[in-house]
Formats: sequence, structure tokens, C-alpha cells
Amino acid sequence: MPFTLTVNGESHALEVEEDTPLLYVLRDELRLNGARYGCGVGQCGACTVLCDGVPLRSCFVPAASLGGRALTTLEGLRAPDGALHPLQRAFLDEQAGQCAYCIPGMVMAAAALLREKPRPSEAEIRTALDANLCRCGSHNRIVRAIQRAAEELAR
Amino acid sequence: MSARLDRRSVLKGSLVLAFALAAPGVSGEAPRPKLPGDLARHPRLDAWLRIGADGKVTLMTGKVELGQGILTALGQLCADELDIELSRLTLLSGDTRHSPNEGTTAGSMSVSQGGSAVRQAAAEVRALLVGLASERLRVPARRLRVRDGTVSDPVSGGSVTYWSLVGGRTLNREATGTVTPKPASERRYVGRPVPRLDLPAKLTGEAIFVQDFRSDTLVHGRVVRAPSHGATLVEAGTSSVERMPGVLKVVRDGNFLGVIASKEWQAIKAAAALAGAVRWSEHATLPVEPHAWLLGAPSQDTVIQNTVRPAGPPPARTLEASYRRPYQMHGSIGPSCAVAEWDGDMLTVHTHSQSVFDTAEAIARMLGLPGEKVRGVHLHGAGCYGHNGADDAAADAALLARALPGRAVRVQWSRQDEHMCEPYGSAMVVKVRADVDEKGDVLDWNYELWSTPHGTRPGGNPGNLLAGRSLARPFPMPVPRNGGPPNYAADRNAIPLYAFPGQSVTTHLVTEMPLRVSSHRGLGAYANVFAIESFMDELAHAAKADPVGFRLRQLQDARAKAVIQRAAERFGWSKGRRSPNHGRGLGFARYKNLASYCAVCLEVFVEPDSHAIQVVRAVLAADAGEVVNPDGLTNQLEGGLVQSLSWSLKEAVRYDGQRILSRDWSTYPILTFSEVPPVEVVLLDRPGEPFLGAGEAAQGPTAAALANAVFEATGARVRDLPITPQRLAALRKG
Repeated sequence: MPFTLTVNGESHALEVEEDTPLLYVLRDELRLNGARYGCGVGQCGACTVLCDGVPLRSCFVPAASLGGRALTTLEGLRAPDGALHPLQRAFLDEQAGQCAYCIPGMVMAAAALLREKPRPSEAEIRTALDANLCRCGSHNRIVRAIQRAAEELAR
Repeated sequence: MSARLDRRSVLKGSLVLAFALAAPGVSGEAPRPKLPGDLARHPRLDAWLRIGADGKVTLMTGKVELGQGILTALGQLCADELDIELSRLTLLSGDTRHSPNEGTTAGSMSVSQGGSAVRQAAAEVRALLVGLASERLRVPARRLRVRDGTVSDPVSGGSVTYWSLVGGRTLNREATGTVTPKPASERRYVGRPVPRLDLPAKLTGEAIFVQDFRSDTLVHGRVVRAPSHGATLVEAGTSSVERMPGVLKVVRDGNFLGVIASKEWQAIKAAAALAGAVRWSEHATLPVEPHAWLLGAPSQDTVIQNTVRPAGPPPARTLEASYRRPYQMHGSIGPSCAVAEWDGDMLTVHTHSQSVFDTAEAIARMLGLPGEKVRGVHLHGAGCYGHNGADDAAADAALLARALPGRAVRVQWSRQDEHMCEPYGSAMVVKVRADVDEKGDVLDWNYELWSTPHGTRPGGNPGNLLAGRSLARPFPMPVPRNGGPPNYAADRNAIPLYAFPGQSVTTHLVTEMPLRVSSHRGLGAYANVFAIESFMDELAHAAKADPVGFRLRQLQDARAKAVIQRAAERFGWSKGRRSPNHGRGLGFARYKNLASYCAVCLEVFVEPDSHAIQVVRAVLAADAGEVVNPDGLTNQLEGGLVQSLSWSLKEAVRYDGQRILSRDWSTYPILTFSEVPPVEVVLLDRPGEPFLGAGEAAQGPTAAALANAVFEATGARVRDLPITPQRLAALRKG
């Protein structure tokens, strides 16, 4: 069954097996790298995208069920002129990441948090990211990057 | 600049060899001084550096980026010595066709071995180019200045660029070892927190990971793994799967079973259907009590240290204890992945392996191809922290690609594949006994450890690849050897750095491996340092001595003392008054007794009713010799500390007699954001001293600091990792 998916403001006509999770549509059909495969069962957060501004684990939600929703991936955070999102800049400024495989998911979770709560406390940031796993131990840098981005966005 | 690797331009450059420089005469020259690091294995300067006619400089390295920041550090070293901007430099890493073979990127040796080679090679190339400029400009070399590859004479104003001198040509020279790298005062990049070259691409979603590799011929493969160790495939009903949508091929060879489909989701579904349609014969082979099993299994026993104490007073007391570590995972966030393509003549494998050369060789032997017919190309993967599934995924992709010529087959392991099939860090048992004098200081130290191996990397042998062992004509797994000095493996850091007058250290290596094991960040050092530093704390307690002072008075190495003192000072060890249910702990080691010095101080709070352990704060002090990138080093050390806290608080592979039960993150939980303490890292920079590897230095000290802090908070000594509320509760009730 063909369906339409709106990703990063663009509409895409798609035809894939209807139970195909969003992750594989983003990566393989739309060639977007931001959402990453980590566990396939929504436990690690590496595949996080935004669905109408709310974090969504793209690895197990069928893409065909998301017609009419506004989906945003890491690639959609940049301004139309290509300027990095304050979160992307802040992650670079803090050098928040080692292998950085989990980082796009972190950035998306943080984007949703800041939208909901522009000035989160440190504890709120940690709680919001508790279901996003990092194995390199970059947690504190990631928290600092989100704090830095929050400050910049509040200015 | 971009760290992305532009192979095409390099290839083009390498074809323009027509104007190669004449090789210098070599007869009758004095013997060459010893070349540093990996330059000794690859003395040809062309193996490391190419100056393109377009002004681009390419540094080729056999070391690979694992998220540890090595390419940035190597770039800094190169740019400084060559006097170029870092943005002029492209790094080409881990390509068996183009890179020098620097072995495995492991063991905290990339800066010390690879970095020292790059520094020397770049310094020699600069000297060579300045010499050529001197001839061209007809001015003495010593008068020339170099800025971003342009050599100029301040007196005449004449100038010439590196690329106009040699652009596109080979240098045809070997390193001489006679050029001295710059003094620290003249460096622009080394010693500074240069941002990671690969991070911008990773933050904007560029295709940089092997998982992102795409080509017009790309198809998706999945392998159906045996449900348990040693299981054999009895019956595989493949015909219904072959008819599934998108399925291109089902591949079976002995116990190896895989499927290739056009789309990824089709491959996943086909693999699931295949898994449901096959029958395996399984046997209960796993030791449910791994530590008792280790102590009873046949072992290779080696005395690695035996210093007899000179005659002296008899000991006042004898203390002993034993410590245990479970099987633990690398737990990469991105499961292993590889892409292989067979064009009928050459097999190209894109892999995030740490040992691209050896793995390519093992794959060639598995497929019965000459070594030069398999090209391995490294691409980034998720952090691996040792030998994970990377090499096995590469072998899987190779087998599937061989069965479907002309298509690039991408194999992505599932989370369950990675959890169940990656080689774990070995379970270990340590028994330690000390005779102490009246003050409680150690007179005789007797230490024994039991472990399965810590090194089963491919090493060119297909018997070390899961796929290689699964074939109808299987390659037998070789019996692993223990590492031996100076790096050691199971017994890494088993010899204490303390100046105990009598010392005996024995390794019992059990080469049978009921659970698959291999190199896990720090190898045996994690358990050995945990044991030594926990026992030192027990001895200090018995001696009624302060744990910091107790260690200092038994150490002779000034740099060891300095890191302990610095950590304790920054932590406020001697100041703070202890709050109820809070405790402080210290752990120290010099990694491998030859790399970085690292001391960790932790404060914990233990909730009295639930025994929940919260790490309140951490301070780490390290001496890594000369520091190339302080921010990168800090990131590695802090990351290592946090990862070790995760291992030491939460992690143990769960299994029953037959199967691995830790198959996802709910059955193998790791540390989360709310559980990560603030960490302060203090670096003792030693410009002019050799680089000391640091990537694995924090693992052992952190575990011991945790145990020691929990002891101070509760009076209970947990000698089994991980240190869980359940264990603590059992001890406190007992």
C-alpha cells in the first residue's frame, strides 16, 4: 500500500511492506543517517526521531502508521540556510561524544525536552535522557551540551 | 577540516609516480638509529605521507578511529611536525591497500606506537622538503621558515611550496631516525584541546559509519545464529523462506545459515522466519558457577613474578582474601555491521574491525583466496572497547557476498546477536595473601589468578571467526596463548607496582572457553587492579592506616605517588568529615605497569534500607606522559571511569547451563544518565616524556575505588563484581 510520509518538512510517497519500521524507511529509502539502529526494541534511544515534536523510537513503529504526522530527524534540525541547530553547536562546543553513535538520538531527545521545558534543571535533563544509552561514558558532556544549548536558546 | 577519507584522490596521486625522487645511495652508511614506534616496521616515508600536486597532504595510518579520537591526535602530531595547517591534512586510515600495517588498534598503544611513528615520519619529510627548498632557493636550509607548507627565505623573500617541490611524486626515502622533532615550545597543535575531526560529520548525519555505507548494488544480509554455544544445525527448511518477498538467496554452509534480501526489513523478516524453521541440536556446556569451574579446570600455570624477601623479621600477621569478576560485555551501542562485495576476483570488506589487516587475512583464508584478493577498509563503527562482533560481522558479510557476486552485501547484527555472540571479558578469580610487619606493611605478597583467555582476535586465522568455525569444513579454533610480558593479558597488572620485599605472582590460564571470551577494555587489569587495590584497602584498614598514606609509603615510583597525591588533594581526601552512610575510596594503578598512571577517588552514598549505591562524585588524576590532546585524553579517562562504574555496579552476563540469557538491555542493564556522577579529571602533563597510553587506564582503579568507598560507607567488603545492593544486603545481614 503506497503511503505518504512527511519528514523534515518534505512529503515522500513511499511503497514498502506495510509493517516496515520507520527506521528502515528513513535510512534505506530516504537515505537519512541520523536515526541509528541500536536495539530494535526501543530500549536504547539511538533511533530517536521527533513525531509532532515528541520523541519517537523509530526502530519498531511501522512507517505506514505515521502518515499525516510531522517527522523530524537529526538532518531536519538545521536551519534552512544550513546553519547548525544550537544543540548541534553545543554538542560540538562541549565535544560531547566519543564514538558518537548514540549522539543523534541524544540530540533529538534533548530537542524534545527543550521544546517542552526550555530551562530544565540538570536532574531533569538526566531523567529525560535516562532511556537513551551511551556506552562511551560521555554522559556528563552531553548534559553540559544540553545546558549550553538551553542557555543559548533562552537568549 | 573533514576527516573523511577521499581514497579516489589518493589513488590518483599514487599513480603519478613518473617523477619519483631518486633514491639516495645506501651503501656504506652508518647503521640507522632505532626508529620510534611503528616507523621501525614501516620505514618508507611514502608509507605514511603523500604530498598531492593540489596542495593536499595525506597521512596514512594503520591505526583506526574507534571513537577514542586517535585520528585527531595523529593529525595534530603530523601537522605540527610538517608545519602545515591541520585543515590541509586528510587522514587515510585502516585500508589494507593504502595504510601501513600497524597491527591491531588496541591496548592503549596507538599514540605511543602510531603517534611516535607519525611524529618522526612527518619531521623527516619536513627536513627532506626543506632540504629540497634550500637547493631550489639556493639558501642554507637553516635560514628557511615553513608556514603551512610554504617554505620561505625571510632574507630574499623567495619561497616555494611543498607541492611544487614534490607534489604528486613519491619521496622514495626511508626514515633515518636522525631528524629531531620540534621542541614543545614550537608546536601549535600538540598539547592543545583540538576539536575532534570526525565529530561534525557525526553530529550532522553525514554517512560516516559503516552502517551508513551505501552503493547502487547494496543488498541486505542477516545471519541466523546458533541459539547456544556449540549447537549444530540439524534441519534447515529453507524453501518457504526462499519464496519470501525480496529474498535473493539463502546461504547455508554447515552450521552457517544466512539470507540475503533486497531490502533490510525483508532480510530481517526472512532471517526470523528462517530461525523459526530450523532445528538445532544443543548441549548444556556452560558453567553456571564460573568461579568454581575456573578453580577446578585444567590450567596452564606460570609464575610471572618471584622475588624472595631477604632474610628479616618474621611477619606479624597474615591476611588473605579472594576476589571475583563475572563475564561482562563490551556492549557496543551500535551492533556490529559490515559490507562486503565480491566482484569475481577481489573481495572488498568495509568493517569497523580493530584489526583490519589480520581480519582481511583470516577472511581470505576462510574463503581460500590469496591474501591480496581481500581488501579490508576500515569505516567508523560504534565504540567497541575491545574485541566485539566487528570481525565476525565482516566474515559473515564476506561469506554472503561470495555467494552473490556483484552485490555489496551489508550485514547488520541484531542487538540479540551482539549480546549473545560477542566475545565477553573473561570471568576471573584472584586469591591474594600478604604477610605484614608490625606496622601492617607488606613483607611477602602471594597472588594467584585464574582466568580464561583474553585474546581470541582473528589474527589471520579463520578459526577465530564465528563464521569460520561454523562451516561444513570448519576451521578449528586455535588454542589461545596468554600475552606474556611486557603487556600481559589475563595477568595484566597482576604484578603489583608496590615495593613489597617478597612477591610471588602465579597465572592459571584455563584455555577451555565454555563462554566465548576475548579482549575487553583493560583485559585482566580490570580484575587484577580491583583485587590488588581492594586488598590494599583491607590491609590499610587492618593496619589502622589511612589508605592514601598506606599506599604512598609502599611505593617508590615518584610519578605513581604524584598521581595518588594529586587525586587525593583535589578530592579533599584529608579534609572532609564523613557523613553517615557516605564513604570514600581510592584505587590506583599504572596501566600495564608501563603506560599511564591513574588514581581514582570516589564518594558513595549507600541508602541504608535498600542498600542502593549512589556514586556521588569522582576525581581522577592521570599522568599519561606528554599529552597530545588534553580534551581527548580527559574524555577517554572520564569515559573509562564511567564505563567501569557501569561494569562494577551493574554488569554480569546472565546465562543458564545452555544459553546466554542476556539478550537485550533489560537483561544486561548498563549505567544511565541519572546514575552517572560528576567526574573531575586532573592531568599531570609531562612535556618531553614519552607518550603513555591511557585509553584503558581508568578501568581497574575505578572498580577498586568503588569497593573501597562502599566499605567505608557500610563496613561491608564486597569482593565480587558487580557490587550490587543484593550482595551488599547479603553481607550486611550475614
